[in-house]
This record gives sequence, structure tokens and C-alpha cells, in this order.
Amino acid sequence: MARSAVAGAPGISRSRLTTIMVLTGPAYIWLVVTVLLPLSVMLYFSFLSDVPIGKRVAVLTIENYAAFFEKDFYRILMLRSFRLGAEVTFYCFLFGFPCAYVLAKVIKGRWREALFLLIILPFWSNALVRIFSWTMVLRGNGILERAVNWLIPDFGPLGLMFTYPAIIVGLVHSYIPYMILTCYISLQAIDDHLIEAARSLGAGRFTVLRRLVLPLAFPGILAGAVLIFVPVLGSFMEPRILGGRIGTFIGTIIEDQFTAVFNWPLGAALSFIMLGIVLLILLIGVPAVRRVI
Amino acid sequence: MAQVTLHEVSKVFGRLKALDRVSIQFEDGEFYALLGPSGSGKTTLLRMIAGFEILDSGRITIAGEPVEDKPVEKREIGMVFQNYALFPNMNVFDNVAFGLSVRGTGAAETKRRVGESLELVQLVGLDQRKPHQLSGGQKQRVALARALVTRPRVLLLDEPLGALDKALRVEMQIELKRIQRNVAITTIFVTHDQEEALTLSDRIGILNNGRLVQEGSPHEIYERPTSAFTARFLGDANLLRGTVRNGFVELADGTRLSSAMPPGAEGTPVVCAVRAEKILLESAGGEALGQGENELPARVISHIFAGSSLTYLVGWRDETLKVHVQNRGFEVIPEGAAVRLSWPTGDTVVVQP
Repeated sequence: MARSAVAGAPGISRSRLTTIMVLTGPAYIWLVVTVLLPLSVMLYFSFLSDVPIGKRVAVLTIENYAAFFEKDFYRILMLRSFRLGAEVTFYCFLFGFPCAYVLAKVIKGRWREALFLLIILPFWSNALVRIFSWTMVLRGNGILERAVNWLIPDFGPLGLMFTYPAIIVGLVHSYIPYMILTCYISLQAIDDHLIEAARSLGAGRFTVLRRLVLPLAFPGILAGAVLIFVPVLGSFMEPRILGGRIGTFIGTIIEDQFTAVFNWPLGAALSFIMLGIVLLILLIGVPAVRRVI
Repeated sequence: MAQVTLHEVSKVFGRLKALDRVSIQFEDGEFYALLGPSGSGKTTLLRMIAGFEILDSGRITIAGEPVEDKPVEKREIGMVFQNYALFPNMNVFDNVAFGLSVRGTGAAETKRRVGESLELVQLVGLDQRKPHQLSGGQKQRVALARALVTRPRVLLLDEPLGALDKALRVEMQIELKRIQRNVAITTIFVTHDQEEALTLSDRIGILNNGRLVQEGSPHEIYERPTSAFTARFLGDANLLRGTVRNGFVELADGTRLSSAMPPGAEGTPVVCAVRAEKILLESAGGEALGQGENELPARVISHIFAGSSLTYLVGWRDETLKVHVQNRGFEVIPEGAAVRLSWPTGDTVVVQP
């Protein structure tokens, strides 16, 4: 006990602590240098009146944050982004979960590896290329429209390009592997005997899914949801390319501040507000979820 | 509670014949042990009755009703798995209540029956515990209560005591027997532990390589094995090869073994099984060794002390035989000493090679 008191953490001896520090140290140093430092700089920027580059004069202010609360425009966009995040996450779950289930519980052996490769394959190509290839599919007289008109003659134009659904399609495609992978991991951890036990007790497949598989896979679903929801909130490439004029979200606005308007402080402030809201959601949500599972 | 019948059930996995035309009738309320080495097909057979494996050919009926095409959840069975398979996201009460809630049983009825079930397995007061807070024996009891609460027609046990340590296993054997008697449910029990099968069951079926080798009461199977496999698998049996001559079995050295049963046609090669504990081992001293019936001259190779008994390994010709001697304060016969082995006529069991 005396030893562990020295180490500061109960049950961890000094030599073990050294091991932990040696092994985890480089990663933490890396994270501090590459994430925390630039992020701190941005946090500082968000309180400036102008970008302190060149001969511009910048003073400390909170007006960037005030702008968010004063103008409905940002709030509406933020809500729009949240809706987008929620919908994309939902569709990723809707299509990703069954896929993960089949991979984890139905397919065995070599086929599983082959199918896994197909899921990971999109990650190997450039994101921008992937999105532009979607424009080929979705645009007027594109692949999808032609296919539909070939199947159903005189179906007419689909009018999908530069719409909200087009953005959803692109984002779901980009992010669904996260849901499949996290769900796969938690589904695979479910002992097949549990499912058999439930069935032997008279539970049909749907009951097994609802009362056993979904609750047990919930940590994976949640992890996937967080991994998808957060980046979708700030996404700008997919909305811009696939949404065109209607593709304005908080992510595109933030990007504009940095690349077009050159108002880094406002962009930084909006980013931190978004981050704050996400953290708030996690803070409220996670304990509630813990209680459920 | 029901009779379960298997008729000519076969199952092939790839090129392996997991089950080969197995027919068994499980009587109403009996405790039947499927005993066999791993890979003998016993678990496949159990899973087939449950409905987890589809049979290639044959028929299965529960209470006279064919069930081959019924999914697991419609078969009204109770099953206990080797690793208990308790639902980790539910507490003890919800685990036991699962089968009832699936059937839409009302809250009051559920509460009463879960209570009854937990009382049956002597596990009252742990309703709110999660499975990870239970000991192995307690998990076992919950699994049993969960399987019985729906009043299934047949109880299937897949090596349910395999994961418990020795002392707890013996305790649970007694418990299991008590509960089974209490509920009077047809119980099919898969095990590779011969002692467990002998202690618990009304009847035992021995499986080997997907075939039913022998079935009968524990006593029958132990005392009258019909094959060399059964003789060796259950208890310690010495197998002696010989040929039928004048109604005796003549061994290679001319020793004649007499058996209570007819050994077979003159001149056919046969195998005799003699249980290690049936053999009388006497120090031969310096005197000449007799060549009577059921009598072998041998030499002590070594002995193994096991507390209540002592096992001698003795050499007869090129073979090593086992002899169990009860510990009654005897003097240990030293290694290399000449001994005489003998046994009663009734203990020479002629078996299929």
C-alpha cells in the first residue's frame, strides 16, 4: 500500500508506472504537440477581432461568440447540421448494423475476410475522388438516372443532384464503414450460446434481436454513432459538392471563414461553439446511456 | 414432460459422419445420459433435438409429434449450456423470467413462477444480481431455473457441470438429480464424464464415431459391456484376446477363460473384458503357478497409490494389466514379485473386438 501511495494510483507499483509512462508518453507528447497546441492557438484566435497576420491589428474581444447568439442565421445552420448528423448516423446504423450482423454471426471463414476488404476498400481511395464519383452517379442524365429510366421507361429525371438526399447519400457512403466496424466488434463479442439460449426459451428472431443482440451491441452502436455524428457536424466537402446551393451547413460556413472570407476568429469561435455543444451532449447523454445498459 | 424419439437420425458435416443412423427412445421422465468421447456426436445429437442442427435424414418426435421442421423456439424445450449462457444484460430475475415474458405471461404470474423456480434451485434472494456477480454454482442454478420455468417438455443439458470444480460438481450432481426427480421431466444429458453418467442417469447411451454403441442402465452398461470400446471407456477394463475352444476362450498361452455367457462359435477370435477391481491378486511366492480357469500368472511392474485404493500394473506376457485393490491395510507387494491373478467366471465378459 505504501508503494502504491508513492505512485499516486492505488494498486500500481513504481516500476509498472514507469512502464506505463514509457509506453504511453510518446503518444501523449505527440497529441499535445499536434492537437492541443494548434487547438489552443485557435482558441486564442477565436477571442481576437482580426487575424494577427501581417499588419492587421487584433484586439481581444468576445464578439465572435456573441455573433452566434445574436444572429439566427448561425443557430439555424447549427440545427440544420445537427439534423444532418442525426440522419446520417441513423442511416449508417440502419444499413450498417445488419451488414455487421451478417459479417459477425452468419458468415464464417474466408468469405468474411473478403467481405471485410470490400468494406474497407473505400478508405483506400481519396475522399474527394469518392465524392466526385457520386456526382457522376447522381447528376441529371447520370448513371442512376439512366439505370432507372432503362428499367422503367419514361420515368423521367430523378432530380437528385444538389439536393439534401444527395448529401445524405454521400455522407452515409463515407461514414458507414465506421458503424459496420464498431458494430462488428461488439456483435462478435456476443457468445452464440446466448442467442441459442434465448431461442430455446421460445424467443423468435426479432425478440432475440430486440432483447439481447441490440442491448449487448449497444456500446458498439454508440461508438459508431459518435464516430460518425461528430465529423458529419463539421463536414463541408460532401455538402458543398453534392448539395451545391443548398449545401450550406455550419461546416461549410466555418470553412468559408478560413478559406474565403479570411475571418479566422469567427471560424474558430463557431468551431468551439460546435465542440462545446457536442461535449455537452456527450456529458448529458453518456451517463443516461450507461444507466440503460 | 414427454417421450422423445429419435429414429435413424443421420448427420454429415462435410466428409465427416457426425451421426450415423442413431435411434433412441427417451422415456417420459427419465434421466438419460449421452456418454462418449469428444467427437462422438453426442453434442450434435443434443443440438439436433433442440433444433440448432438440421438432420440430414431420420425422424425426431417429441411427445409423438414430429419436430424436424419446427424451429427451436417452437419446440418447447429447456436447455442448459456448458457455459450457462446467462444473459449478461439482465439480472437473475429477468434471466429466469425471459422465457415467460417471451410468451406474454402476466406480471403477477411471472413473479410467482420465477419465485417458484428460484426456490426449486435453492437460489432465493439473489434476484437482483447480475450474472457476473454470481459464482459458478449459482450461475448453474440460474441456468437451470431459467430452463425449467417455462415447463418445457424436455430438458437438454450440454455438459452442464463441466466448468465446475470437483467438489462443486459432486454437490451439483446431487442437486441436479433432486431437481430432476422433483420436476419429473424427461432429461437428456450430454457428458464425457463416465462417473457423472453412472451417478446421475436412469439409462446411459454410449456413442462412438456417430454411432450408438450400447445403451442400458448404468449397472448393465458397466457390468455387461458388449464392445471393447464400452468396456474401456467406462471404468478400467483389461482386454484379453483369445479364440473360442470347447466352450472356453483360450488365450495365446493356452490359459482358458470361462465365462457365464456363451463365448461364440468354435474357433472364432474374441476379446474378453475383465474389470480391474474384479481381479484377485495374490502373491505367488515361490510356488509353481497354476494354470486353472480364469487364472493368470503375472509379475508386478509398479503400483499407483490413490488413497482408498491401490492400482497394480502387472505384466502378463507382453501385456500390462491393471488390478485395483481396496485399501484395507494390506502390505504392498513389491515390484518384480510373481503374483497370481484370478477372478470369478461371471466377471469374464466376452465383448465385440
